Amino acid sequence: MLAPDSVGRTFAGADSISITQSEIDAFAAVIGETDSSVAPPTFTIRISLDQFQSILTKPEIGLDWSRLVHGDQKFEIFAPVKAGDSVRCSATIESYRVAAGNEIVSVRSDLHRGEELVISSWSTLVVRA
Amino acid sequence: MISVGTALPEEIVYLDRALLKAYADASGDQNPIHQNEEFALSVGLPNVIAHGMLTMALVGKYLTDWSGGSNSVKEFGARFIKPVIVPAGEKVDLTINATVIEVNGDEIKLDLVATSAGIKVLGMAKAVVIKK
Repeated sequence: MLAPDSVGRTFAGADSISITQSEIDAFAAVIGETDSSVAPPTFTIRISLDQFQSILTKPEIGLDWSRLVHGDQKFEIFAPVKAGDSVRCSATIESYRVAAGNEIVSVRSDLHRGEELVISSWSTLVVRA
Repeated sequence: MISVGTALPEEIVYLDRALLKAYADASGDQNPIHQNEEFALSVGLPNVIAHGMLTMALVGKYLTDWSGGSNSVKEFGARFIKPVIVPAGEKVDLTINATVIEVNGDEIKLDLVATSAGIKVLGMAKAVVIKK
C-alpha cells in the first residue's frame, strides 16, 4: 500500500540524466522513424518510468512495482529532447485511490533541462489486487 | 484544407515478438509479460501482450508522419483499454486512423483510433499537433 502522507508530494529523482544519440536511435528504429534529430514524442517514458520505479518503490512510499500495469499516459511537450541533453526528473503523486482492491496512482513527471520545463507527463499506474 | 471533421488516411502497422523485444530494449521496460508466454499465462493474460507504450509510440509515429516530424507534437495522451495480443510466430495488426476535432490557429487537435484484431485498444486517444 502506498504511504498516505506521500499523496500530493513531489519527490526529486536523479539530477542529471544524459540523453544519448544511440538511445534515441534505438527508440526511433523500433517505430520506423528515420529522423532522430529530436526524440520521438513518447521517448521520455523511458526516463519517467525508470525514475518512478526508483522513487515510488522506496520503503517510505511503498508502491509494489511487481504487480503494476499502466492505465493511461499523457504527455505535454514544451520542447522535445535531443541527444546531448541533460535532464532531471521529479515525480509528483497527484492522486491515489483503492478500487476493488486495486491501487490506482496518478503520478506526474516533470522533466527539466536546466531551468526549463521541457516535458510534463501523467501516468496512471495500477497495482493489481 | 484541414478543418473539423477532416479524416486522416488509415494506416496499418504490424507487431510481432521481435518488435516487442526491440521495444523492451529501447525503452528499458523488460516486464516479462511482453516477452515470456509462460509468464504471461501465469499472471492470467491470454498470451504475450505488447507494451501499451509501444502501441502509443506507433500511434505517435502515425501522428508525426502526418504532422511533420517528432518536434510537431504538443500533447499526446491515451488510455490502455485492451491489450494488443501477440502470439508467437504471428504478425498482428495495429490499425490507426484519426479525425480532426479542433483547429485553433496552427494547433490541430486530433481524435485517434487504434484497433488490433478488430478490437479498440486505446481509449480517449487525443493529440495536439502543429502541422508543418
